[in-house]
Amino acid sequence: MSALPIIAVWIGAIGLNTWLSRFDTRATRLAVALIFGATILALWEMIVRIYAVPPVILPAPSQIGASFATNTAILWTDFVQTIVKGAVTGWLIGAAAAVLTAIAIDRSPFLQRGLLPIGNFVAALPIVGIAPILVMWFGFDWQSKAAVVVVMVFFPILVNMVAGLAATDPMQRDLMATWAAPYGTSLLKLRLPAAMPFLFNGLKITTTLALIGAIVAEFFGSPTRGMGFRISTAVGRLDLPLVWAEILVAAIAGSLFYGIVALIEKKVTFWHPSQRPQRG
Amino acid sequence: MIDTAVVQARDLSLTFSTADGPVHALKDVSLTIDQGDFVSFIGPSGCGKTTFLRAVAALETPTAGTLAVAGMTPDEARRRRAYGYVFQAPGLYPWRTIAGNISLPLEIMGFSRADRQQRTQRVLDLVDLAGFGGKFPWQLSGGMQQRASIARALAFDADILLMDEPFGALDEIVRDRLNEALLDLWKKTGKTIGFVTHSIPEAVYLSTRIVVMSPRPGRITRVIDSPLPRDRPLEIRDTPEFIALAQQVRDGLREGHSYD
Amino acid sequence: MTSAAMAGAKRRTGRSTGRILPILTVLLAIIAIWYAGAVWMNATWVRDQAARADTVLTTSELVRQTLMLERPVLPAPHQVAAGLWEGVAGQKITSKRSLVWHGWITLSATLAGFAIGTAAGILLAVGIVHNRAMDQSVMPWAVASQTVPILAIAPMVIVVFASMGVTGLLPKAMIAAWLSFFPVLVGMVKGLRTPDAMQLDLMHSWHASRAQQFWRLRLPSSLPYLFASLKVAIAAALVGTIVGELPAGATAGLGARLLSGSYYGQTVQIWAALFAAAMLAALLVMLIGALERLTLRRMGLAR
Repeated sequence: MSALPIIAVWIGAIGLNTWLSRFDTRATRLAVALIFGATILALWEMIVRIYAVPPVILPAPSQIGASFATNTAILWTDFVQTIVKGAVTGWLIGAAAAVLTAIAIDRSPFLQRGLLPIGNFVAALPIVGIAPILVMWFGFDWQSKAAVVVVMVFFPILVNMVAGLAATDPMQRDLMATWAAPYGTSLLKLRLPAAMPFLFNGLKITTTLALIGAIVAEFFGSPTRGMGFRISTAVGRLDLPLVWAEILVAAIAGSLFYGIVALIEKKVTFWHPSQRPQRG
Repeated sequence: MIDTAVVQARDLSLTFSTADGPVHALKDVSLTIDQGDFVSFIGPSGCGKTTFLRAVAALETPTAGTLAVAGMTPDEARRRRAYGYVFQAPGLYPWRTIAGNISLPLEIMGFSRADRQQRTQRVLDLVDLAGFGGKFPWQLSGGMQQRASIARALAFDADILLMDEPFGALDEIVRDRLNEALLDLWKKTGKTIGFVTHSIPEAVYLSTRIVVMSPRPGRITRVIDSPLPRDRPLEIRDTPEFIALAQQVRDGLREGHSYD
Repeated sequence: MTSAAMAGAKRRTGRSTGRILPILTVLLAIIAIWYAGAVWMNATWVRDQAARADTVLTTSELVRQTLMLERPVLPAPHQVAAGLWEGVAGQKITSKRSLVWHGWITLSATLAGFAIGTAAGILLAVGIVHNRAMDQSVMPWAVASQTVPILAIAPMVIVVFASMGVTGLLPKAMIAAWLSFFPVLVGMVKGLRTPDAMQLDLMHSWHASRAQQFWRLRLPSSLPYLFASLKVAIAAALVGTIVGELPAGATAGLGARLLSGSYYGQTVQIWAALFAAAMLAALLVMLIGALERLTLRRMGLAR
């Protein structure tokens, strides 16, 4: 009958959420999501404790939390090494390169027609696979991780930016023509602002790719710090709580990275229908 | 009228090549628009009225015939900023305020900041939008947005105003008000206006000349000079003269077998 | 037809005639840059060798040597092509050196995981559009989870499973399933919600049951969304499987080929495995694309 409390919590949470979901307000929606998350954590904790699951297989949330608290120094070093130096640097370089390339090929429909299908194609490929090559070329430190990230984020951002630059409707471009606006002016005043929602779409979807690239590249060689390095060595020592703490850091870093980009997007593209304050 | 032709088209033809063979958007169109005229182009879809206006604006290139705008080629006229163009949709930039939108062509044309501000203010008054300069387009109604786009076309004081179904997407009540406002503006500024429309009452109410066109190939079937006075209250639409004129336009449209 | 529509038609005809040429041009440019890169990156090593042997190389000799090194820094395209051909056709497909064999190991885990993940994603999506509590509980987390680099922990999952004695196809398929699950879930929920209020009201006015509403309105209108997310999902599943093959100890699969190549400095082997993986990905995505066109055409939805 050890399963009884688990089932009780499960049913209780379902009942509570079913009741709450009827109100459908902002507050209850948030509450429902939070209750669901908390229930999963509670069930996880209970299952591990009641059935005495060895931490080597699945540590309880409390154990992960404890490991997180005791290892903050290590986690911070790894965070700086992998996320800040590897992922963010690579992401910035890749994004800048993609935007500049998109603008460079903007005046050549021929190049666009050639590059776009290839870009779309490459975006679907397992690009992380180039990690071993780039680690060979750029060494074990963060530069090789940043290089992997640059390659991974380049094509999705390029494809989005080219689409964004093409997104102005013909009427708006005719309008620019009636004012005899030179190419540079219409690019700066019309097409770049109009491309921003597309650019940010590309920037947002690549934040996750950047983290993946930076962490996975560390499996092919890294200095004695970094999240990928820590995960593989901790797995070797069967220190699963530390592994999970690193995963927690990756999850937080991923959400933060995405959240910051989304926040900048909100400021920059305040005029876009998806960002405007809802009226009525 | 004074014999200063602002737009002069002679035997103008314009053919698009499409997958289904060539389409004659315009065929042998000859027309003269004089200084201060208000000319409406009316006809069913595909009769070339929009194409003609776009050719005047150098947005399309005719395949045959000659076209002079203010004594220049259309493209020269475009580069001299000889005309303002108003499209069917307002086409305002959502990331600029109304005032910012109106001063955009002024920025492109290199007006000074003070000049820009003063001109923006003046045209905002002209279209009755004073006080809305700081709003974003998406905060205004469709009619107000279209008024702002007219203000934008007026801001740099071109002599010619080309309007392609500017009120086509608005409802009847708003359209009436804007028609009245447009006439008022035309009287105040003395501009030459080319106006494309689908609506017979609108064409008759606004114009000094009505150009009736018909499709396949796009051509002019009739040019009607309006006997109505320049001062036109809305009530003029109930007078026998107005109704007779509308009847003439309708006959012209029928002549072109335009609804077959 | 308005002039804008005609201009559109004009542009479309121009587009269809010149579609291949630009792509070929760009591809040729990439190959040219690649060759130049190979010469440039391998030149240092060749020069060092020559200096050691006290010989002076002519430029043409230098170029020739940079393009035929056994372990080049950057192998030339023809070397990769040769490696790929050797791996695909030069071996018995049961050989451990055959790329077909490794590819099959990867493909089977990918497909198994993709099937599981897709099925789970669709089922949960159906539950979510019909149950508000489920929607409000699961959707925020499903959306938020897309910002978490799940793929990065794939190797760890493999190791944990291995410590429990589970190896082979299953753990990799789990990762592939997990990765394909979320795109399908999110896309399918969006797709099942595409019918607008008017269409739903119409169904309501005909007194359609919930099941009828589902089979005749929601499901058909969700298919374009489903296929779009299936393409993302199968690519993600393949990447997941390959990354799952990376941990030390794995001996089979394209990921293991990448890793062993990187251990022994066999750059040609890495590139060959990489291209094999790329071709596999392209093949899978194209397969789904073909399936999509076929289905949508039969439903009259094809554009």
